[in-house]
Amino acid sequence: MDNNCKNEGRRDFLKKSTALAALAVASPALVKAGENDEKIAALFEKIPLNIEVNGKAFSLSVEPRTTLLDFIREQLHLFGTKKGCDYGQCGACTVHVDGERINSCLSLAVMNEGKKITTIEGLANGEELHPMQKAFIKHDGFQCGYCTPGQIMSAVACINEGHANSRDEVREFMSGNICRCGAYPNIVDAIMQTKKEGSTHD
Amino acid sequence: MINFEYIRASSVKAAVEALAKNPTGGFIAGGTNLIDLMKRGVTAPTRLIDINNLPLKQVEETSAGLHIGALAINSEVSANDLVKNNYPLLSMAFAAGASAQLRNMATVGGNMMQKTRCSYFYDTAMPCNKRQPGSGCGALQGHNRMHAIFGASDKCIAVHPSDMCVALAALNATVTVSGPKGERKILFTDFHRLPGDKPELDNTLQKGEIITGVIIPKNTFNKNHYLKIRDRASYAFALISVAAALEVSGDTIKKASLAMGGVAHKPWRLTEAEKFLVGKTATKENFSKAADLAIKGAKGYGHNNFKLKMAPIAIVEALMIATGIA
Repeated sequence: MDNNCKNEGRRDFLKKSTALAALAVASPALVKAGENDEKIAALFEKIPLNIEVNGKAFSLSVEPRTTLLDFIREQLHLFGTKKGCDYGQCGACTVHVDGERINSCLSLAVMNEGKKITTIEGLANGEELHPMQKAFIKHDGFQCGYCTPGQIMSAVACINEGHANSRDEVREFMSGNICRCGAYPNIVDAIMQTKKEGSTHD
Repeated sequence: MINFEYIRASSVKAAVEALAKNPTGGFIAGGTNLIDLMKRGVTAPTRLIDINNLPLKQVEETSAGLHIGALAINSEVSANDLVKNNYPLLSMAFAAGASAQLRNMATVGGNMMQKTRCSYFYDTAMPCNKRQPGSGCGALQGHNRMHAIFGASDKCIAVHPSDMCVALAALNATVTVSGPKGERKILFTDFHRLPGDKPELDNTLQKGEIITGVIIPKNTFNKNHYLKIRDRASYAFALISVAAALEVSGDTIKKASLAMGGVAHKPWRLTEAEKFLVGKTATKENFSKAADLAIKGAKGYGHNNFKLKMAPIAIVEALMIATGIA
């Protein structure tokens, strides 16, 4: 715990240093002379954020530029949600917001005020894995595993949306999740089985 | 990402006022394109006005046609029964765009506001007249496989990547906007612009204006298809897309509306082909003649020359599928 706090402090320090450095090299159009003091003050103005993650309510402050992904990983220390490309192309960061799957790397944390977030850590019911998690294990729906949390979150939503009626439909509606190991056939197997057994919950 | 001031707007009026106070700011809705650009240092607004709480999410049939609020979510509009049944072309176009996750985030207004762009726009180490006016165009003599064949200029040959916008152009939609000078309407086909000498401008919105919605006139097209050709089966920008909407009675085409994506700085209407098709019978031969008219004036830049061959084939294919001939 102590260690965590120390790390948090250091991370914050590093972030601020980086931000200041960025400000220093920002183009004149962005930072006009004489405005610097005001800009620096605004730079660190954190916004209060009330958010529910995996059934737990949090009231914290975040910098406006913090993405939902970075908030989940670096402030809540939930490292299950992965940062792959960080540009919305790979799907490794997929989480549910009010039950809908999104790329958490392209959403600002502050845009999720009052929302309910579910991450991969919130899927299991205590020690009992979610049926989709079990199916991924049974069908070997991964190799390196890096994309797996995003795949599973996306897969659960895919079924909840009613978009898993055939293998082709699954492939189309899972296209936002890239697996560089190429475990796609097994991922589709896992989703089809979970769909057949008809038990998903968020 | 360079930090910025963050404000939540509670009304359209408040949003417009908040932007007027800080002209180097901008609106944020879904954020899927804007945050991407901010992370890459392509754009750096000093203030973001979050408009997600504005009451602009409706999808409803009115006397003027279908009214879609600017903040309606792409996946919700696509799955809406009213849209699926009465405006199938739009539903098909939505389903062809981006990924399931992005469609859950992206709004209708945001989809329109996504940048017309290419990889040179994204690469801040390269020249790009759109990103930095006057710096040159990297694509003209560079890698231009994805680029425009219609309406480009020597300043910019990028294409608008939206699928939704191609369908809205074909469906004769109108955009409603609000701004410091009040409300106004813009024909959808006039909303996005060609690059000309000002490639930094993607659309005809005036300073400080916000999109409030789109209106699609009552749909009388009974044969519709959205065809999208891309490098992989899903989740890729169009190399070429075709929105085909016909009103056919018996075998005769009464009305025709055609637009293409992936070929120009804006959704590209095929007006000559449309004119030709009206009054003709729906046959492959007539579709081919229309397609030949459609690509008159098209120009390749090297790597994208294949689009000159692909475009007419895609037009015919879309029309064949729409009319059930294929």
